[in-house]
Amino acid sequence: MVNKDLLDYTIQLADDVMILGHRLSEWTGHGPVLEQDIALTNIALDLIGEARNLYQYAAKLEDNGKTEDDYPYKRDVREWTNTLLVEQKNGDFAQTIVRQFLFDCYHYYHLEALSKSNDEQIAFIGAKSVKEARYHLQYSAEWMVRLGDGTEESHTRMQKAIEDKIHYFEELFIATETEARLIEMGVAPDLSLIREKAYAKLKTVIQESTLSLPENVYTQKGGRDGMHTEHFGLILAELQYMQKSYPNMSW
Amino acid sequence: MNKNLPLYEIFIRSKNGLHHKHVGSLHASDPQMAIMNARDVYTRRQEGISIWVIESKDITASNPADSDAFYAPAEDKVYRHPTFYDLPDEVKHM
Repeated sequence: MVNKDLLDYTIQLADDVMILGHRLSEWTGHGPVLEQDIALTNIALDLIGEARNLYQYAAKLEDNGKTEDDYPYKRDVREWTNTLLVEQKNGDFAQTIVRQFLFDCYHYYHLEALSKSNDEQIAFIGAKSVKEARYHLQYSAEWMVRLGDGTEESHTRMQKAIEDKIHYFEELFIATETEARLIEMGVAPDLSLIREKAYAKLKTVIQESTLSLPENVYTQKGGRDGMHTEHFGLILAELQYMQKSYPNMSW
Repeated sequence: MNKNLPLYEIFIRSKNGLHHKHVGSLHASDPQMAIMNARDVYTRRQEGISIWVIESKDITASNPADSDAFYAPAEDKVYRHPTFYDLPDEVKHM
């Protein structure tokens, strides 16, 4: 019998990195300079690679003929359980960097803990991806400092990006009911410890960037329950275009 | 862009024991970012294990106009090559 909790959790982990990877891939060919175009594309590839490993595992758990492609290409909006942060639009480079940095603060420490999961495959994927996430965090933190503590223009844009995106940060640390059960079993890591490390990193880098965190932040959430922002349907329209136009096509 | 992001020359060491080799150049805000950019641009296919960067303006190059004075005089001095003695067969890698 399929372990439904483990399956849902695996898909939830995959959805976050799949959607952020897709968002970053939208920069390909449009980066502000060649160097950053390649950097963002590399990160996109890392994230989609991690998503693939997780979707493959989900397909293996279900063992009913599904493949890794079924999850990204054949599910509708309400079935996706990624957080709202990762589906936010790229905006300008400041918005992309802030979104990335917030996610990296969570992602790096989360993978570090995930690599100690009781579930062997989850632990393996965590250990493999944490090396990549460590670079992502280094990359986005370096840009936070350079743009935050850069020119007046870059500082203003970064501060605005923080104020636009910080509402979506807390959702990453709220366990779903499924996740809470898996935390009990040692499959999923304790989010409160990860939250502590992520906020510590966030605050250090924000200070170094001469930026400031707004007070009394209202938490936007809903992604884990399939309640997405208005941008999400457009992502799927593009991502799933081929499958919808030519069902079960392959190449 | 060039005004804000100076040009850096990138050197990559492909494995231990070899020297760093010039692979190209890129723009970056400072040396640390140049290393990160070089990692992304030049080591995606396992090309290296170590990166050096140096701002292009810090390199002093010879002047092509001097090439006659600099290099031509060596052309007729073949005796500077160590080819005028017999190597024993036992010496293999010369």
